[in-house]
Amino acid sequence: MLPTRRAFRIWRRDLESWKRYAPSFFVAALSEPIFYLLAIGYGLGRFVVPIDGTSYATFLAPGMIAFTAMNTATFETTFGSFTRMTQQHTYAAILATPCSIADVVAGDILWAATKSAVSVGFVLVVTALCGLLGSPLAVALLPVGFLVGLLFGALGMVVTARAPSYDFFNYYFTLVISVMFLFSGVFFPLDSLPRWARVFAWFLPLTHAVDIARALATGVLHRALVVDFAWIVVVAAVAFVLGERWVRARVLP
Amino acid sequence: MTDAPAAVAGAIVEADAVSKDYGGRRVVRDVTFTLRRAECLGLLGPNGAGKTTTIRMITCFTAPTAGALTVLGRPVVAGNHAAIKTRLGIVQQEESLDPDLSVEKNLLVFASYFGIPRRTAAERTDALVRFAALAEHRTARIGTLSGGMRRRLMLARALLNDPALLVLDEPTTGLDPQARRLVWERIRSLKRQGTTILLTTHYMDEAAELCDRVLIMDDGRIIAEGPPDALVASHVGSEVIAVYVGDAPAAMRPALDRLAHGPWRTEHVGDVLYIYLRDTDFPTGLLAALDGVAITRRGATLEDVFLTLTGHALRD
Repeated sequence: MLPTRRAFRIWRRDLESWKRYAPSFFVAALSEPIFYLLAIGYGLGRFVVPIDGTSYATFLAPGMIAFTAMNTATFETTFGSFTRMTQQHTYAAILATPCSIADVVAGDILWAATKSAVSVGFVLVVTALCGLLGSPLAVALLPVGFLVGLLFGALGMVVTARAPSYDFFNYYFTLVISVMFLFSGVFFPLDSLPRWARVFAWFLPLTHAVDIARALATGVLHRALVVDFAWIVVVAAVAFVLGERWVRARVLP
Repeated sequence: MTDAPAAVAGAIVEADAVSKDYGGRRVVRDVTFTLRRAECLGLLGPNGAGKTTTIRMITCFTAPTAGALTVLGRPVVAGNHAAIKTRLGIVQQEESLDPDLSVEKNLLVFASYFGIPRRTAAERTDALVRFAALAEHRTARIGTLSGGMRRRLMLARALLNDPALLVLDEPTTGLDPQARRLVWERIRSLKRQGTTILLTTHYMDEAAELCDRVLIMDDGRIIAEGPPDALVASHVGSEVIAVYVGDAPAAMRPALDRLAHGPWRTEHVGDVLYIYLRDTDFPTGLLAALDGVAITRRGATLEDVFLTLTGHALRD
């Protein structure tokens, strides 16, 4: 089933209940990119030869933007949505109103994407202040952060729909999220990898998010960006359809 | 939207031979009943009888496998869910309040799910906070409320959309006697205002107190139906005598035999002999012979009906 405008009512609920946790969210969103930049960008970066003629910190910055969007949305629709679906019975309560499962799932994913965009905003500010963004096009990373948030929000929802308990997320985080974090071109260029590894990396959605982020941060646009966007949209759409169906099967047997 | 005129005038719920299968097992079988406007109907039955499944079908949470189900004049099909639920108030068994929001915010946010305009939502929140006797706790977080307060807030929340049908699934389970009575009192005041109510409960005193009519379900079927008083009169009678025969010495065997074989219905459950009396011409002398054995004599209740119809065996 498809969501209606009622999904925004769920988004609003998520915003209201998040307000209580806003301070901790902002502290994390601000401090994490600073620590990553200091430790890896500048610390480890001093021992790394310049990549494509730029410093390691400059290379790392767009990757950080992409994985921040991924992380934020992933936490929201795994731990967050799972808590609402099971412990708090929030989904059941909402389903006693005209809102449908599609509205609830879409509302949670929209909220996850919103948080991603806000987190990306903080990384943009930090990296811009450090002079790591080479193009004003980087501003477009806010909506891109939202899109990447939709993608990982939807993927997280698929996992949540089938998760028997919180422990189950360990599989997803170690086998999927960590793999993307390490092998999607965040920390090193993928061109240097053997062909099979590049093919594998191509299928990882984060690879395309990193590609887009790097293009906008440097201002060097290329045709393959269309493919990057297309892949993200396709995976997000498939994940939404699957997630909605599986959550429905679980909550409304 | 498929609009169908209700077959029975003033029918809020009409179930015609409704069945539901779960994983190849039939949990609700050919259930037929009507819930009329301004009526309070109780759905009773042991665990696994099919009460909650019936409620889930009426509230659009699960689709019937067979039969025709009409709620508020509309057949329960996917295209009608939103329209039906707009006019339903549902208090589910599990507490589902938002722990991160205050009492007042819980109501305001819930009103938004119905698309109730902000101003109207604020007015109703004001009125319902008072209705639920939570005026002093408006800004309190859910974690600080007692079980009774939470249940009253759940009830208040279900009234935000001024529902045409209020569905209460075990509204007082787990509450202490004082908290239960306050919930009952609130439900009675809704009845006086003409609210149509469908409720399930495991407490027979609650059903007798609140319901105009009850349906007793067992094994997915409706096995009895009627006003609580009428069910008591027709299935049990007027009085019940319980004789705790476990304590009785062998010498009392003949007296007990006479008790067990009189012109009245009896039942042995564990070490208790129950005697069900339809009228009061019971020779009290029979009990005098049982000196020293514990005996209680009381009016028949809905619980006697329930146990008579569904048996004493545990349903685990």
